[in-house]
Amino acid sequence: MDNPLLSVQDLTVRFRTRAGTVTAVDQVSFDLAEGETLAILGETGSGKSVTAQALMGLVPRPAGQVSGGRILYDGTDLLARPRSETRRLNGTELAMVFQDPLSSLNPVFRVGAQIGELFRRRRGASRSEARRKAIELMDRVGIPAAARRVDDYPHQFSGGMRQRVMIAMAIALQPRVLIADEPTTALDVTVQAQVMALLAELKAEHRMAMILISHDLGVVAGVADRVMLMYAGRVAETGGLREVYETTGHPYTRGLMASIPALDGPRERLAPIKGSPPDLMRPPAGCAFRPRCEFATGICGTERPELMPVPARPESHRAACHHAKEVVADVVPG
Amino acid sequence: MTAYLIRRTLFAVFVLWGAVTIVFLVLRLVPGDPAQLILGSDATRDEIAQLRERMGLNRPLVVQYGIYLSDVVRLDFGDSYRYHGDAMGLVMGKFPLTLQLAAVAMVIGLVLGISLGVVGALRVNRLADRVVSVFALLSQSMPSFWIGIMFILVFARQLHVFASGGHGGFDRLVLPGVTLALPVVAILIRLTRSGLLDVVHENYIQTARAKGLSERLVIFLHAIRNALIPIVTVAGLEFGKMFGGAVIVETVFSWPGVGRLLIDSISARDYNVVQAAILLIAGGFVLINLVVDVMYGYLDPRIRLGR
Repeated sequence: MDNPLLSVQDLTVRFRTRAGTVTAVDQVSFDLAEGETLAILGETGSGKSVTAQALMGLVPRPAGQVSGGRILYDGTDLLARPRSETRRLNGTELAMVFQDPLSSLNPVFRVGAQIGELFRRRRGASRSEARRKAIELMDRVGIPAAARRVDDYPHQFSGGMRQRVMIAMAIALQPRVLIADEPTTALDVTVQAQVMALLAELKAEHRMAMILISHDLGVVAGVADRVMLMYAGRVAETGGLREVYETTGHPYTRGLMASIPALDGPRERLAPIKGSPPDLMRPPAGCAFRPRCEFATGICGTERPELMPVPARPESHRAACHHAKEVVADVVPG
Repeated sequence: MTAYLIRRTLFAVFVLWGAVTIVFLVLRLVPGDPAQLILGSDATRDEIAQLRERMGLNRPLVVQYGIYLSDVVRLDFGDSYRYHGDAMGLVMGKFPLTLQLAAVAMVIGLVLGISLGVVGALRVNRLADRVVSVFALLSQSMPSFWIGIMFILVFARQLHVFASGGHGGFDRLVLPGVTLALPVVAILIRLTRSGLLDVVHENYIQTARAKGLSERLVIFLHAIRNALIPIVTVAGLEFGKMFGGAVIVETVFSWPGVGRLLIDSISARDYNVVQAAILLIAGGFVLINLVVDVMYGYLDPRIRLGR
């Protein structure tokens, strides 16, 4: 990709805990072009949320530490600059929508004040101006009777409305990159679709690039241009949405897809991925997915697979599997 | 809100009734006879019996209690045996001095307690935090009569910076004010520190950072406001307790407030003054509690008063 807006290179994040050090994100690299939507997929604990926190400078200290790599935004390395300096990019260049809208809103401030704060503190707007803009934004994200609800507190809103408030805050200063960390996980299914539609609409309207983090392939399918699958802190597979879907090159991706029920398909037993994610404190030698993998052979236990081009579209589609070819062809080796 | 206030007022009346009843009984159960104390050791049995009759002390306890309660309901708190004036009037005359002392102590307690607590939280487990924690531990574990005496020895006797007692002038407020404040400082340090440490891990703090607000705003606007909720409750209760704590501090520093009057009146078995003073202190405590509860709802919009 020439001149990506955001380029993450070999990002590594470690957490020191009482029991030992955990590498939550392990040499993750990806690019994000202007206006593009990248979906990061993975199970709980795969490192996708920590990756997002690292982009925003929100890795909880002192336990968490970005211990390597570069985050190039518009050509400058955010990790090389002090946090207080990169903090100023939050909201104006990079903005984030969090998973749980109730706990992510401050319970003691009115919703309007929490949105308006961005204009007051970051743009020097007056109180009345900030309030007016807050109402405008609430109206834009589809909160009914915005002019009245602007003075309500977060606990007086429903889950879907709270997430709309979070979205209003995120787009307030028109950032170029919007990071949405499981934005619909805490919501009812009917509301999920509305919130996703709103995000897609706003993204197009403001020509934002978006990083959509999810554990749910179904949520991502409608909006993502590219997807990146993470497993045990590393990138397992990355490519265009269609490529990854049609010529899946990693057994983990296959497993994720097989565990989604299809409405129109025949009624068959769902196939969950067997086993559980590895203990990141003591990652297995070789491929982290090996213990759960039906394609595994001897090499998988000794050599860690690097991201390699997957034959059909080698320039954009890559998977970290010794047996990517067999996975694509659906032939179990041996 | 109105229903809530009515309910709270009824509850307050109940609490005050309990307080006066306990004081009434305890005063009469402890040895010591006001008539004897007024007349002195030279008085004859007859003289004492006569005085007891005039004071109504010879009647059965239940009758005395009934008369007392019906007087209190009509806001008649009786006269002081020693000063021959209205007991409540006497107490109210001293009250401004106690209030002054408690207010100074409360300001010291709030300012020092919250600011040191914030320092502890922001520098958690580092040198500043350790120093603050040790200071809080010391302030809490040293009894105020001992601290008061030490202050007098060091600052009045040795260094001659402050007067050892009496009232008048701001400098005479410093030592008793600090003495009365120290336990509150200790509690508020602990509460602010732990409260803030809890709050900074909340998701909305992460949101505030994601908005690009400076760390100063994140802590002093978004975090403090939430940490303040339990602080207000405890600070209010401590302020109420100060009127009780003032009894010791006023005695040590010869501060002529309600506390000293109370101690003197107990020694003299000046029943009506003791009862009036306790009623006032209890009333203050109840009132402060009500104010705290109302403020609580203002600080935390999730708490709805009136249910």
